Amino acid sequence: MPDAIQTLLLECESIFRFVQKLLKQAVARPFEWRETVRQCFEIGNRSLFLICFTAFLSGVVFTRQSRPSLSSFGAESWLPSLVSQAVIRSLGPLITGLICAGKLGSNIAAELASMKVTEQIDAMEVSGTRPFSYLVVSRVIATTLMMPLLVVFADVIALFGSYLTVHTINNTSLQLYLNEVSVVITFLDIFSSILLATFFGFAIGFVGSYAGYTAANGTSGVGKAANNAVVISMLFIFIIDLLSLQIINLFR
Amino acid sequence: MVDATNDTVGNKAIVAFLHNVKKSFNGVEVLKDISLELHQSENLVILGRSGSGKSVLIKCMVGLIEADDGDINVLGYDVRHLEPKALNEMRQQVGFSFQSSALYDSMTVQQNLEFPLTRNLGLTNKTELNDKVIIALQDVGLEGTAQKMPAELSGGMKKRIGIARTLILNPKIMLYDEPTAGLDPITASEINELILSVREKYKTSSLIITHDISCARHTSDRVIALVDGKTKMEGTFDAIKDTSDADLAPFFNY
Ligand SMILES: Nc1ncnc2c1ncn2[C@@H]1O[C@H](COP(=O)(O)OP(=O)(O)OP(=O)(O)O)[C@@H](O)[C@H]1O
Ligand SMILES: [Mg+2]
Repeated sequence: MPDAIQTLLLECESIFRFVQKLLKQAVARPFEWRETVRQCFEIGNRSLFLICFTAFLSGVVFTRQSRPSLSSFGAESWLPSLVSQAVIRSLGPLITGLICAGKLGSNIAAELASMKVTEQIDAMEVSGTRPFSYLVVSRVIATTLMMPLLVVFADVIALFGSYLTVHTINNTSLQLYLNEVSVVITFLDIFSSILLATFFGFAIGFVGSYAGYTAANGTSGVGKAANNAVVISMLFIFIIDLLSLQIINLFR
Repeated sequence: MVDATNDTVGNKAIVAFLHNVKKSFNGVEVLKDISLELHQSENLVILGRSGSGKSVLIKCMVGLIEADDGDINVLGYDVRHLEPKALNEMRQQVGFSFQSSALYDSMTVQQNLEFPLTRNLGLTNKTELNDKVIIALQDVGLEGTAQKMPAELSGGMKKRIGIARTLILNPKIMLYDEPTAGLDPITASEINELILSVREKYKTSSLIITHDISCARHTSDRVIALVDGKTKMEGTFDAIKDTSDADLAPFFNY
């Protein structure tokens, strides 16, 4: 038992040091422009299709699921407002966050872990090429910046899916649909959703990088790092989502 | 603190030294008491069995592993108590050839070699970079591989590219971790030749870690044996090859 506590404390210390290093190097000159931009592109490239697909489907499914219950109250015309609120406030960020945690988190962790176990990171270290800022800072910044973009994108696609569904059933025009949406969606909704996405992005980049960069030696270290990254970042996403809900409700 | 570069033995300057260095992992003492000196322009071979802590020893010298006790001095830098900035400065003057080659496998050979140049010296001029890459590749006898990926290279070629990648920064000291391990005897002897020619051209002082007797014979000016975490027996290869020491004799008679 004391062993487990000691391991936990050591892990906490190592996480703390990692955060410290990350913050310090993130503001250090020279900033890794090239690598950060490249990572942003990679991240968008890797996840765009999957996000498109799932966002569209969730828009469609959610609309179809909600319609019967709304009709039973005779409130079918509320469908666009209900769906858009759900999508922008929680569905969009959550779906995008979970997909990216799976796709990007594991990717970042596996990439860094395999560099670690094959001593590539050590090789960068001994040639004085500052691997931490090159590998970690650029990735964390890239996920933090790209997540809000991806979420906005997912929201739009999901709403589009929902619109198509509403349109095929009720023949609602796009104009009308957008009108209904714009009435209920507030600036706070959009702002908080983007802020939420930023936190998700940071969590995914940070957890993935930490798991990869501190991976244990040996090939099993790579699999374990990827696995840990996915599980822990998904957990973080739910926790952040829950916390932000509490906080945002204070402002509503 | 003694400044290593000002110390001399006979007429040769000491470029690096270790003094009573100790290191344990989880209570197991790997390095018990290591002391050695590396002289200007010499090839010093450290001979030891697998698992004797040879890799740990040179990783301590560049601060990849933190030693528990003792003094480590490389090019006048007190390695155990360096600020990150000074540590980087020191590392840029020391070439480290990894046992596993450690090429960046997502980059071409060209990008591998350019990496330390762009990141350390801030070089961006394409032709200047190209010239340096070509020279480094020529020095290791592998012109024409610039556009290959590491996965397309043989073990011996990877070793050479790894060495080229460190030479490109004009190191004052080279640390070779098992340069010939896992290579056939012919390729191994080519690497031995390369180590000698690197010294000729770059005037480096080298620490060569190996368990390969023929590598030790060909490349060494001086040999130190590493037994049980301690340095033992020091001299030219010929002077110690007929040793009757129970720990070392099997090495030479094998
Ligand atoms: N990071 C580490 N954590 C724990 N133990 C380690 C670590 N690095 C090395 N060791 C231990 O130190 C001992 C020496 O390892 P080292 O890699 O230095 O051997 P070596 O002499 O280089 O052997 P080889 O010829 O096989 O390369 C081994 O028993 C190893 O288990
Ligand atoms: Mg070794």
